[in-house]
Amino acid sequence: MTAVAQPASFQFCGRSFLAFVLKPKMPTSEWIAEADKWLCRSPGFFSGKPVVVDVSELLLSKDEAAGLIADLGMRNIRVMGMLGTDDRLADPALPPLLSPVGKTEFQVPSETPDPQPLPATVGAAASSLLIDSPVRSGQSLFHEGDVTVIGSVSSGAEIVASGSIHIYGTLRGRVLAGADGNAKAHIFCRRLEAELIAIDGYYRMADDISSFHGKAVHAWLDDGALTIKALD
Amino acid sequence: MAQVLVVTSGKGGVGKTTTTAALGAALAQHGQRVVVVDFDVGLRNLDLVMGAERRVVYDLTYVAQGNVRLHQALIRDRRIETLFLLAASQTRDKDALSEEGVERVIKELRASFDWVICDSPAGIERGATLAMRFADLAVVVTNPEVSSVRDSDRIIGLLDAKTEKAARGERMDKHLLLTRYDPIRAGRGDMLRIEDVMDILSIPLLAVIPESEDVLRASNLGSPITLASPKSAPARAYDEAAQRLMGVDKPVSIPNGRNGFLTKLFGRRAA
Repeated sequence: MTAVAQPASFQFCGRSFLAFVLKPKMPTSEWIAEADKWLCRSPGFFSGKPVVVDVSELLLSKDEAAGLIADLGMRNIRVMGMLGTDDRLADPALPPLLSPVGKTEFQVPSETPDPQPLPATVGAAASSLLIDSPVRSGQSLFHEGDVTVIGSVSSGAEIVASGSIHIYGTLRGRVLAGADGNAKAHIFCRRLEAELIAIDGYYRMADDISSFHGKAVHAWLDDGALTIKALD
Repeated sequence: MAQVLVVTSGKGGVGKTTTTAALGAALAQHGQRVVVVDFDVGLRNLDLVMGAERRVVYDLTYVAQGNVRLHQALIRDRRIETLFLLAASQTRDKDALSEEGVERVIKELRASFDWVICDSPAGIERGATLAMRFADLAVVVTNPEVSSVRDSDRIIGLLDAKTEKAARGERMDKHLLLTRYDPIRAGRGDMLRIEDVMDILSIPLLAVIPESEDVLRASNLGSPITLASPKSAPARAYDEAAQRLMGVDKPVSIPNGRNGFLTKLFGRRAA
């Protein structure tokens, strides 16, 4: 795994926002007329607010889509993106195509245990995974987002996450946080006996972190240096 | 309701076959109808430990392939009426067993026994996964040393993934049976302590079998330890394990540091 340090002045981060989603129906002229009636009662309701148009129930050409966006624009509805369509409507002149976030995957190589025993993804946000059983030797777990384990991670087990990793138990295996280039990922564990910990490709082996052996720790990347601090 | 129990460990030489024989005999001594099944095709040992090696005519592979009837292959123990053995083949390999065949045999055994105890081969390959495939509960045999504990951890993961019960979305009952435990060496730090093993594996403890020369002697005599020397510490620990499996609620006896010393001095009195 490699990691490229980015200049501090140019940084990326992902944020989530709330937006109104309008779902026009065919024929669009009638739908616009309905919208006009509604806007008569609450003029300015949408002005200055982010709006996304869900076009999944429409069959539109690029021109028709541009017309719809313009019609909405005249009514002070600024469209920041379109939902529910494929590449057919991808055009620099049109708002960008969006897709809902929250696709999470729980993959385990076929030779190792299948997903059934481990997952207990209850009540967590879409991009975080909660596991309420120990992660056993030989199991490996890949997840896009944060991973929380209530239990221990055994020697010979491996967790790879694009977000942060929290272990409410003893960490004896390997954990790799921020695995797809997220330097802001953190690792927390109740008791550190890990074989390896890594954030965004920067790693430390058991021997490098022996002074923290058995302690509750927090690990993060400080300017490209994997930093560990005891929690108590 | 019959219970299918798999005795497994991942690592070889930790005492799966000894445990299968001892638990099987102990359950039968309590009046249960028990069959012990050797899944180690090609390296069969259970018949030796049970003292039935000269009585094996047909084995598990014959029954699984439908060549003979089940009752032709079952060997009744000469000492306990309710204890039976289904031996493995010594001349075939693990590919001789098909999953459908094993499923049919286990189903048939369920109908006529209270306990079907499957002695798993070492490893995590086909033989081991077939042995655990149709089990209702598992006894994970572990020695108090790091490689055995890690292999057991791996096997526990497989029990939660590769069994029929897991496929149905149910949770497999798993019990830890710690063998060859020597409290003096554990106290000196030469051996993992019971708490360490339980902390790593986090499954309930069924029994702790103390290290004892009686176990080896019983194996070589071809008699399960609970029959060969029922008063010995290991036999009593296995008997307790059997009772616990039958639902008797009793605390697990932990061998303490004085035992090895006292037993040498005063005969096998102190538990």
